[in-house]
Amino acid sequence: MTLSQGLQLLVPEMEFGMKVVVDLSRCQGYAQCAFLAPDAFRMHGEEALMYDPNPDDAQRDQVLRAAAACPVQAILVDRLEGRDVPVEASKS
Amino acid sequence: MTSADNLQAFKRDGRIVVVGASLAGLRAAEALRDEGFTGSLTMIGDEPGEPYDRPPLSKQVLTGWVPADGTTLPRRRDIDAEWLLGVPADGLDLATNHVRLADGREVPFDRVLISTGVRARPWFVESEAALDGVFVVRTREHAERLRRALAAGPSRVLVIGAGFTGSEIASICRERDIPVTVAELAPAPLVGALGAMIGEIATDMQRAHGVDLRCGVKVTRLEGDAQGHFRRAHFDDGSTVDADVAVVSLGGIRNTEWLRGSGLAAGVRGIACDTGCRALDLNDLITDDVFVAGDVARCPNPVYEYRLISLEHRANAVEQAEVAAHNMVSGQADRRPHLSIPVFWSIQFGVNIKSVGVPTFADEVVVTQGSVSDRRFVAAYGYQGRVTAAVSFNNAKWLDHYRQLIERAAPFPPPCPTPDQPVDMKPVPVDFPGPALLAQGATVVVTGHDPGERRVTAAQQHHR
Amino acid sequence: MTTTETPDTLRRILDHSSRADPYPLYAELRRTPVARQEDGSYVVSTYRELTDLLHDPHLSSDVRHLSRPTPATDEGVTPAFINMDPPEHDRLRRMAMRHFGPPHTPGLVAGLEGDLTSVVSGLIDDFADEEQIDIVDDFAYPFPVTVICHLLGVPREDEPRFHLWVNGIIDAIDYNPETDPKEKLDKGVQARKDLRQYLGGLLEQRHGRPGDDLLTRLANDDGPDGRMTDEEIVSTANLLLIAGHETTVNLITNGMLTLLRHPEVLERLRDRPGLVVPLVEELLRYEPPVHIIPWRAAYSDITVADTVIPKGSQIMLMLASGSRDPNRFHDPDRFDPDRRDNQHLGFGSGIHLCFGGPLARLETQIALTELVRRLDRPGLVSDPPPYRRSPVLRGPLHLPIVQGRS
Repeated sequence: MTLSQGLQLLVPEMEFGMKVVVDLSRCQGYAQCAFLAPDAFRMHGEEALMYDPNPDDAQRDQVLRAAAACPVQAILVDRLEGRDVPVEASKS
Repeated sequence: MTSADNLQAFKRDGRIVVVGASLAGLRAAEALRDEGFTGSLTMIGDEPGEPYDRPPLSKQVLTGWVPADGTTLPRRRDIDAEWLLGVPADGLDLATNHVRLADGREVPFDRVLISTGVRARPWFVESEAALDGVFVVRTREHAERLRRALAAGPSRVLVIGAGFTGSEIASICRERDIPVTVAELAPAPLVGALGAMIGEIATDMQRAHGVDLRCGVKVTRLEGDAQGHFRRAHFDDGSTVDADVAVVSLGGIRNTEWLRGSGLAAGVRGIACDTGCRALDLNDLITDDVFVAGDVARCPNPVYEYRLISLEHRANAVEQAEVAAHNMVSGQADRRPHLSIPVFWSIQFGVNIKSVGVPTFADEVVVTQGSVSDRRFVAAYGYQGRVTAAVSFNNAKWLDHYRQLIERAAPFPPPCPTPDQPVDMKPVPVDFPGPALLAQGATVVVTGHDPGERRVTAAQQHHR
Repeated sequence: MTTTETPDTLRRILDHSSRADPYPLYAELRRTPVARQEDGSYVVSTYRELTDLLHDPHLSSDVRHLSRPTPATDEGVTPAFINMDPPEHDRLRRMAMRHFGPPHTPGLVAGLEGDLTSVVSGLIDDFADEEQIDIVDDFAYPFPVTVICHLLGVPREDEPRFHLWVNGIIDAIDYNPETDPKEKLDKGVQARKDLRQYLGGLLEQRHGRPGDDLLTRLANDDGPDGRMTDEEIVSTANLLLIAGHETTVNLITNGMLTLLRHPEVLERLRDRPGLVVPLVEELLRYEPPVHIIPWRAAYSDITVADTVIPKGSQIMLMLASGSRDPNRFHDPDRFDPDRRDNQHLGFGSGIHLCFGGPLARLETQIALTELVRRLDRPGLVSDPPPYRRSPVLRGPLHLPIVQGRS
């Protein structure tokens, strides 16, 4: 089994892009993310941030740059390592 | 679990059940694994699907930018859990340590974390709530339905309730150029959370953006047409408004009904716990194996006279989850208190509104920096001569300073001038609607910065 | 305990002989987080106290609030927003930001990636076959200068002229009336005058003209805050020109120096270019381009770390020391590009956070990635390299390296 096949098993939803969450209680509106990944992070007025929690993989480099640049480290991007997704999310 | 040996055995192969698989539940599960818990972990949730983030639902999702099913929370790490989703918990048996699910299944545990959160308060007349075009916003299904209704270009949206969520929805309607009426029983938007002065500013802001804001009125009836579609709302002053979408934003109901009969101190205001997030029973005794985190927790805050405070704040949920997880797998000497100063934010009408502290715990408020007319300012809240909270409009970079003032029980009004202090800086009564519930001055202050070293110590009293 | 027991420490830090490695002296300084100096000024060197001050609304950037003004100020000249307080600071920074970043111009910096890469490639092409290279003169200086000239609308060919003025200005930043000849101060004053005059001349030609550069856009702006006066535009352009090329040169050079001192990291970066993103953040912590904020003023009494700094006091903020504070960063003297929770002070913090930070990051990320990819077995000629004078904007004067030798 190749590594990518392994990842596919572990991470069935990677094909749906990456997962991002910004802790807006930490965010102070420095807008560094909106500079570096303008398609995923947008300033709403001078200080308020809105973001795409599920940007497509084409934006991965920009989003990682944005997350690293956050002066208050408020941006969490899904770790690439395996995740136990509740595939069988049912009333079995 | 009293001896160290037992604790080690529990950490190695104990059974932890998390009831409520949203933000607090997920972050607690991650923290448990970070703390070295290798036993079995079961996540129980009433909604299908992975834990997702809710704040975007009343913002990015409704603008149409982000799909409602796109807010799945990123993981901090693998949690290796068994997920029981789509079925709510129905009961908790503390005699045998079992969670009962609505489908009759029983899930045994050694320790349990309750993070069942809140649900949207529905419109009080069931037949009217069932009309086509009447919405609440709490889950992603709700948000998706409302998003579609807004995208269809309604002639007018009625928002019932001008708290944070209602105001955010009104803001998005205006951004999408949809006519919107906001009905609020109180004298102004946000007034219940932030007081009369901010309420007045919020009023101006809504009107400046073209919101038809009606305060001091009560919606008495939602009227539908023959097809069962919402068409008109009636107010208690006899007036009406025609609209095809109504959004009911009247706050939440804490999901504690399932705990009736469990013996826990659970009720409409949440589940009481200590600062270590350990649940209290009805006798006010602390339980050993039941922990609480998130919107459903009523946790005492020493800074606010040890009052039991329940907060529907995202940061609070995460911090409590981490404290609860730590204490679930720690001995008595290593337990940690949850001593955070609450932080809250809202994005509306292009303004970033943030608060630190508990603004309702105040008798006076004063603008300390910036300009209200520019909607760029900080206001400090004080109670009996000490700073208890602060609110910023597009001025969030200063709030950390005010958090420290709160922690230090610094004197109110802040005595030292700042370069951009308004010339007419003068405290005014904070003026919340409803009964006042406050008593004496600060008795304690919080010291320490790292979560691991934060402690309460006795305060030196300030003189007015 | 507020007065340092080692009043000499600061003097030794400022002395050029410490430039190559000021970090042990910073550690000495941190023993007294808020240290009152003999002249009544304060030096702050620990992470927590620095971040507290940078978010304290009583800390002023306006020289008029110093009870004893610094000698290096110009009478009657509009300062740039870096030396202003709210609300004026906020207004001018907002107006400049309209043409540089979000919310009004969000895609500008990210959109430069292609251009930056070709400037870098061009510069490397010119020395790719050389055996000995000076990273400063051949690369780290010309690259950001080209970029900032392009963005501002300053002719690249004028560089030799303004380079002299900028040097004179930088030299005078840390002017000390007790130890430095008055000539140094006069030279700085004259250089500032000359640079302003030059920029004013450029600005005159931009009024009423179309154009995408910052000078032209500021000259013709009609945003919600109105238009800057010509004085304000000159001050802003002056700031951005100096900051835009005197800081990134240090970051890039410090980066190459650090990589050559950590060959295993250099190898990893060559194999995995994505590493450059956290690596540049670690660089901003470990070898930042700006070490010191030379002065701030206490607008009113400020309490920090149980010390009351009286109104009017001069406060020196040792940012680079804060980023090496062991109470905040585990093993702070280790260069670790995988470091988590890296909330460094490389760009400062609070309302004065570096205006051009996103550009500096992107420039340095591209520069280091390409240098590492294209240089053939690079090695240092001497370690430490010779350093520039300034303890504030600290970096090597030259960084000679050799390549292609087996």
